Amino acid sequence: MKLNHQRYPHSRYLHPKYWHLSYPLALAGLLCAPVDAAQLEIDVINLTHGNHFTPLLLVAHMDGHLFQAGEMATLALQKMAEGGDISDLASDATANGNITVENPAAGLLAPGAKVTGIMLDSQAMTRLSVVAMILPTNDAFIGLDAWSIPTEAGTYTLDLNGYDAGTEANDEIINGAGMPGVPGIPAAPGGDGGVNGSGMQDNSSNDRVHIHPGVLGDTDALGGPSDLDSRIHRWQNPVARVVVQVK
Amino acid sequence: MKPSDMMIKLGLGSLLMAAVLGLGACSDEKPPSQAPIPSNAPVPRLYSVTVTNLTANQPLSPMAVIAHSADMSLFRVTEPASVALEKLAEGGDTTGLVALFGVSHLARGIEAIPPGMSDTVSLSIPTPLVAGLSVATMLVNTNDAFATVNGYDLRSLALGDEVDLYALAYDAGTEANSEARGTMPGPADNGEGFNAARDDVNRVHIHPGVISADDGLGDSVLSASHRFNNPVAKIKIHRSR
Repeated sequence: MKLNHQRYPHSRYLHPKYWHLSYPLALAGLLCAPVDAAQLEIDVINLTHGNHFTPLLLVAHMDGHLFQAGEMATLALQKMAEGGDISDLASDATANGNITVENPAAGLLAPGAKVTGIMLDSQAMTRLSVVAMILPTNDAFIGLDAWSIPTEAGTYTLDLNGYDAGTEANDEIINGAGMPGVPGIPAAPGGDGGVNGSGMQDNSSNDRVHIHPGVLGDTDALGGPSDLDSRIHRWQNPVARVVVQVK
Repeated sequence: MKPSDMMIKLGLGSLLMAAVLGLGACSDEKPPSQAPIPSNAPVPRLYSVTVTNLTANQPLSPMAVIAHSADMSLFRVTEPASVALEKLAEGGDTTGLVALFGVSHLARGIEAIPPGMSDTVSLSIPTPLVAGLSVATMLVNTNDAFATVNGYDLRSLALGDEVDLYALAYDAGTEANSEARGTMPGPADNGEGFNAARDDVNRVHIHPGVISADDGLGDSVLSASHRFNNPVAKIKIHRSR
């Protein structure tokens, strides 16, 4: 032990990397450390095979929700889910005194990409929500709904599901449409979408926010029912991983 | 000891690590001079790991359970898989895992786990080495899907405790999900296992699921029952000593 004290400054024991060297000491250090729950450092990882995320919105807030499964989407949420436009959600949040981080990835978050080190000073806010549209889809989005920010310092890993805003039929047609209420998919950012699809029949009657059933796609880039590629654009949950360091 | 309890202990690497960790963790003890475990050290901790296959029609290859250092990771999403992981994900071959840096113990199941069935292996780990535990097994009727719990912290498990974890299916990203005849080692195909070529996105990610011929992938030898959804396995870890 004496030897290790010389080799490793005491403070480094607090880093998780060194827990295996001196776990009891690190644990004691953590329990004694003053906790400031306001400082968050956040990573967002795209776990999908072939889907992009549009600009992310992170909101630290008290009560309320950006979205809620089983509830109708707001128009602001619909704009995000159908077209990737987070501006209304962000301005609503700001108007309510919440704290936002908008578009930390500076654009699209490609499949397999991650954005790290998002700093968010949540101040007195106790909840964290995250959304972004999944492209190419009609109205799918990644969602973290009012996660209770821990008061204990540490690293927390959250897996996010893909939600369906319930506002637009999943016809899987890429036609450039991203405005709320206009059928179709804005784009396939990977350049891997098809054309001339006849349109999937979406017989869902659920017009509330729900877990997305996933896309079907097909293997005919020049026709078939879908403009999506079943070998590229399908996903299973979770679709995103959010790693939150509470400092 | 049942065959499935068979445990492979590393030689030199384990000795060195035990020596280092012994120094770091046992504050009141003299550093060990030669043996991996000081004679006055506490008895090793004993863990059992039970994997239950939750899929409809995807046998799981004999499970691999590795004990490893706290900062070792079997894989990182968004990054390429190691060749050892590629061999597991494409062919169910667990042998390469023991050589990964930071791995101290490997326990392997003997037989594949049919859908709905379970298998258990045990690991005895000297207390100073107790840190991370990872479990991995291939969904054999796929090109390169594997179910895993990556880096569970065993130190949070008190004597007599057990924990249930649910494994997600990941895609190793090392082989295209063609589902084509001859490309998958499971009973649906009896095709090839490991192939050194990497013809997919070359990063580990959440598996998008199999499509199957029944859902429009013309060349697929899989059918509807081979599809799966998360979670694909339940993993129970129990500490009995």
